[in-house]
Parts: sequence; structure tokens; C-alpha cells
Amino acid sequence: MRPTTRARRRAVPVTTALTLSALLLTGCAGGSDADPATGAAADGGGKVTLSVGDFGTFGYREAGLYDEYMAAHPSITIRYETVQDGQKYWDALATHLASGSGLNDIQAVEVGYIAQATGTLGDKFTDLSKAEGVRADAWLPWKAKQATTAKGALIGLGTDIGPMAVCYRKDLFEQAGLPTDREAVGKLWSGDWAKFVEAGKQYQGKAPAGTFFTDSASGLFNAALSAESQQYSDASGKLVYRDSPGVKKAWTTAVDASRAGISAGLRQFQDDWNTAFSNARFATVVCPSWMTGIISKYSGDPGKGKWDIAQAPVASNWGGAFLTVPKAGKHQKEAAALAAWLTAPEQQAKVFAKVGNLPSTTAALAQPAVQNATLDYFGTTPTGKIFAATAQNIAPAPIGEQDGTVKTVITDNGILDIEQHGTDPAKAWTNVTKLIDDKVNG
Amino acid sequence: MATTHRPATDSGPPRPAPAGRRSGPAAPPPSWRSRLHRLDLKASPYAYIAPFFLCFAAFGLFPLLWTGWLSLHRVDLLDPGVMEWRGLGNYTRLWGTEQFRTALLNTFTIGVLSTVPQLLMALGLAHLLNYRLRGRGFLRVAVLAPYATSIAAATLVFVQLFNPDYGLVNWLLSLVGVGRTDWYADTWPAQIAVATIVTWRWTGYNALIYLAAMQAVPKDLYEAASLDGASRWQQFTRITVPSIRPTILFTVIVSTIGATQLFGEPLLFGGGVGVSGGSAHQFQTLSLYMYELGWPSRQLGRASAVAWTMLLILLLIGAVQLLLARRGRAGQGR
Repeated sequence: MRPTTRARRRAVPVTTALTLSALLLTGCAGGSDADPATGAAADGGGKVTLSVGDFGTFGYREAGLYDEYMAAHPSITIRYETVQDGQKYWDALATHLASGSGLNDIQAVEVGYIAQATGTLGDKFTDLSKAEGVRADAWLPWKAKQATTAKGALIGLGTDIGPMAVCYRKDLFEQAGLPTDREAVGKLWSGDWAKFVEAGKQYQGKAPAGTFFTDSASGLFNAALSAESQQYSDASGKLVYRDSPGVKKAWTTAVDASRAGISAGLRQFQDDWNTAFSNARFATVVCPSWMTGIISKYSGDPGKGKWDIAQAPVASNWGGAFLTVPKAGKHQKEAAALAAWLTAPEQQAKVFAKVGNLPSTTAALAQPAVQNATLDYFGTTPTGKIFAATAQNIAPAPIGEQDGTVKTVITDNGILDIEQHGTDPAKAWTNVTKLIDDKVNG
Repeated sequence: MATTHRPATDSGPPRPAPAGRRSGPAAPPPSWRSRLHRLDLKASPYAYIAPFFLCFAAFGLFPLLWTGWLSLHRVDLLDPGVMEWRGLGNYTRLWGTEQFRTALLNTFTIGVLSTVPQLLMALGLAHLLNYRLRGRGFLRVAVLAPYATSIAAATLVFVQLFNPDYGLVNWLLSLVGVGRTDWYADTWPAQIAVATIVTWRWTGYNALIYLAAMQAVPKDLYEAASLDGASRWQQFTRITVPSIRPTILFTVIVSTIGATQLFGEPLLFGGGVGVSGGSAHQFQTLSLYMYELGWPSRQLGRASAVAWTMLLILLLIGAVQLLLARRGRAGQGR
């Protein structure tokens, strides 16, 4: 009896202390929240430190652009941080934007998430259309349009783009009795991704042992879909993937490829996929301009001179990014000026020369340095011409806020499931719609 | 403990003074000084422990309650200011979702696959370490080494080992005639692989806890038993295990909590499809489902509902375990 009463008596002050401390803490938090940022004034002596956050390889550091800018603007210091994984980068950035803290002055946004940035998060970014040095018509029209909100604010300045081609191994094509000349190879599937699958069946009939025509059905799905005028969402941003002819067509193409056994069943950007490059396990990979870097990295010396690039069946784009200036930043004007400079044609050309990111401004695309570019790894292939020509012919579809989620479910839980577990495609599709319903409908 | 002892010893010396005062003719009301003294005795312990509880309230209790509040709403991660009342809708919807049920079942099966072998092996290991061995200090440090390894590093190594095409595990199995096992794509192999990583990391840790408890078992018990002709195994089952029963219960509870919150191992093991626990969710745990809902899918309210459901499940399991332990103790007494 006794211990319990004592315990109870003791519990009273403890709970009081807890409530008090909770009140104290929430009180403090409320106070600091209500306070406007007082440190917003420029740093002492007019010195301004700008921070830039990006992911993967943007090439600004590699091309020496930060140093160049700081040399020309002695009052500005640039600090940068790069995250390797683009998905993790966006997850963190989205949270920071929502809470309005922990943001850099300039934040890069990948095209897959630009619809979320122009949509729900649209108010968190400054309108750059009137910023110093920005001319919206400098970019390919669709590139600028992707970063424009419904209210007409340009919140992102285009960096690179990913016009798509098909990279193929000449040696494997020859062994399988297919043409090896890039013009002839392009004709093989010109006009339709379904023809690409047909070429694959032809290849697989006489394929060198242990090799497949292409790396993954999911990669093929992405490629086929990106050529369609309607994808996951309609022009108003509503999800229509269920009845979208584009999705249906791309799904059928990918399922055909998987059932015909022309895909190696790998998941792109995974270790196995990387290794398969060096083992020459597949003959083709859908090839946006940035993919050339991955091929030369993982195919390595044994694959040098064996790869070539042919036109994709239909011109389309995969990838690319934008630079944005969040409103939470302290130096929005200076940040906008830096972003405008970094994405200007001259700088885009320098980045292309250094790391191969294809420019998104028409002026930079037309430069001889870009047009006449070749990549050492691909021998005499006129990579610049191929990709720049494709870039002019791209007619991108509207992107919705939930496209990223839908794409992940279709490729990772739909097509990959068919490839790995032999799931019946009809059942896999039902599963996909169920999963998407669960994720998208709050 | 300290709070109950302290007043007794502290108030020892000054006791004569109040007694004298009480015997005085006109006892004045207690001075502010003594009142302050009494307040000091009663209140200062709370002041001393306050920092912990303040931190707990700010970083433990408040997020917990806030998560509970969120779980009753529809909240978009990107726009958390807008909350739409859902009541218990998020919870009822969870039970109707196949993916949630799969995750719940996976959490349970992976939990059993990892916790049971882990604790049994730890018990055996501790028993062996309890003997007089040469290099005992080194061995004790060595069993703790896996625990000191980061999850990321350990998982990356295991991902290589379990690679279906060129991994060491399949190579070893092929030596004894077992065909190719797809440790990533097939449900049971994938769950066993994840459980192996967990077991590898935590066995040594639990063994050291058991060892500490075993050292407290009186040596003469063993001596008496061996005089009576009890074998080592009999000593283990009749003396060691019953003596460290509370410790075993503790490790069971801690391991259950760990298993319910399993996150890092399956996430990293799955690589690019880690968040969804494989293409068919074959090794997606509750924590992963919560993460998938909250971040990639932006459904903060429903992710909070998963978090609270996990908490309730843990409390339920904890209650059952305590009940079983109490009944076990009662049975022993009989």
C-alpha cells in the first residue's frame, strides 16, 4: 500500500515540471518563430556569401566557374554542397522548402520534380523572369515552360537537357548479324519503339551467348513513354495514367520486350547494371546525352571504340535540371544574378566542354564547340550533332506533380516485378494501380 | 533512491533546533529561512533532473504527441500548414491496405528470423566466454566488433555476399549442390538475408549483456552442482539460464523493439528498390512503409498513423511479455 501512495504523491510534481517545461519550450519556439529574420542585412563590409546546393555532376566546380565568378565579383564568396543521390537530395530539399529553413541561396531542381516545385511549392521560390541577366527566350521553349508556374513566374533557370539516342555495341550487333553503321541502325527502328523491340527479337535469335539486346525493360519503358505526347498527367496536372494512351503503349512495349526475353532484367543505376556494362551483357542502352559518361565509366577500356550512337526511334528528352532561388534565402538578388550567369550560354558551353552536360539554351546548342563535339570514348561519332539535332525536335508532354511517384511504382513494382518474378502483366498492372491509389490519394 | 535517503541524513544534525523551539513558550511560525530550507529539500531534486525532462519534453514527448495529432489529419509533406481532419480514417485505411498488411507480416517474420537465432547464439556465446579462456579480454572485445560496425558498411558487404550471380553465399551453396538462390528477389531468401545482417550485428552485443549477468551468478552454485555430478549442459540449463532470467527478458524486449523498428538493413540491402522493400515488397518493414508514405509519397498524416500503430503494437507486445514474465515468476515460486 505504502509505496504506491508515495509514488503517486511524487508523481504530481513531476507532471507539473513536465507541463511547465513543455510550456516554456513551446513559448520559446513561438517567440523565435514570430521574430522576423533580423540577420537579413548584408554581411559586414558588403561581403556576401552565396551557397549553392546541387546533386550529381553539374560541372560548375569542374569547369572552374565558381572561381571565375568570385574573381570577377570580389564582394561575393561562393560556398557549395553536392549530394550524390538525386532522390535523397530532393527529399531533403522538399522538407527544407516546406519548413522554410536549411536552404541554400541557390538550389538545383531535377526535371522530374520541377512540377512539384512549380505547383505546391511554387510560392517558395522567387520569380526569376525579371532578374538581372535573365532572358526567358534564351532557352529551348519547352525547357523554360517546364519551370514556369501557372501564374507565369519563371522559378527555375535551365541547366542541361537529356535528348535521347540509343547507344549500341557494334561488336555484338555484328555477331548477331545486324547492321553496325549508325545510319542503318537508326533506320532499323526509326519511328516507333515497337520496332526497337522487333529489332531486339531479331538480335536475340542470333545473339552471342549470354548477351541480351537491351539492359532493362524499365529503361525501355521510360524511353518509350518520354516520346509520347500524353504521359502520366494531362495539361491541367490531373493524373490520367490509367487511360493515357502513352502509358499504355510504353507498358505494352516494355512487357513485350520482357516476354520476348530481349532484356537482361537489370535495374538501372544499380551495381549489377554497372557490372553488366563491363561484362558486355547487353547490346543497347537507351542513351540520353548524360548516359555517355556512364558508359565510358563502366564499360571501361575493354569497351572503348566498340560503342556507337544511333538516333532513337522518336526524339525525346530524359533528364536535365534547373537552378532556383528560394525565397527563404538572405541574398536573393545576388543569388539570382549568379544563377543567371551560371546558366548563360557561354557558361553552359564551358560545362559541356568539361563534363558533357548538354546545354539547354539555343545559343549554346548552336555553338560550333557543341555542334562539332566528339567524345574520345566513342571514336569518330559526332555526338554533339546527334544530341543537338534531337534537342531541336523534342516535344515534351505535360508533367504533373505526382509523375515521379507513378513512374517509380510502374517501373519498380510493375515491370521489375514482371521481370524478376514472372508476374502476369495483367495482374502486375492491377497491382500498380492499387499501389498508386494508395500513395497518391491522401 | 537518492531522493528518499537524502532528507533523512541531511536533517540529522539540525534536528535539536526545531525541538528546542517547539518546547519554547510562544512558538513563532516557521521562519522564511526554514521554509526555504524545506523547499530546497523538496524541490531541488526536481530541478536537478529537470534538464533531462525538459529535453525529453522537447525532443521526445512533443514530437510524439504532434505525430499523433498529424495522424488524425490529411497532411501533405510539402504543405504541412494545411491540415484536413480525418479522424481515425488514416488508421482504418491502413488495415484495408494490402501493402501495410504485407509490411506488418514481414516485420514479424524478419523479427522472428533475426531475434530468435540471435538471442540463442548470444546465450551460447556468453556461456562459452564465461569459462576461463586464454585471451578472454580479446575475445570479449571481438564479439562486440560487429556491433561497432556501421549498418551501412556491414550491409554493403552482405549485399556483395548475397549477390545471386557472383556472391560468396551462392558459391558456397553450389559446392553442396544447392542451385542458384535469388537472395534479392525471392521472399524467403531475401528475408533470411536481411535477418542475417541483423543477427550478425547484434549477437555479440547481447552476448556481452548475458555475460555480465552470468558473472553475477554465485560460483559455489556451479561447484555444488559439479560435485553432484551435473554436466556442463545441465549446469547451463538448470543454473545459468534461470539465474539470468530477468536479463533474458530485458534482451527479448529490447530486441523486439529493435526488430519492430527495423529500417536501415532492408533499406540498404534493397539498393534502389530498398524503400519499397523489393519490387514485390518482399522485405518491406513497417518502418520502410512509413518512410515510403511520408517522404516519396508525401502523405505525412498516414505516415504518422503508421508510426503510432507501430508504437501501439510495441506497447501491446511489451505488455504481453511482462505478463508472461510475471506468470513465469509465479510458476517458479510455486
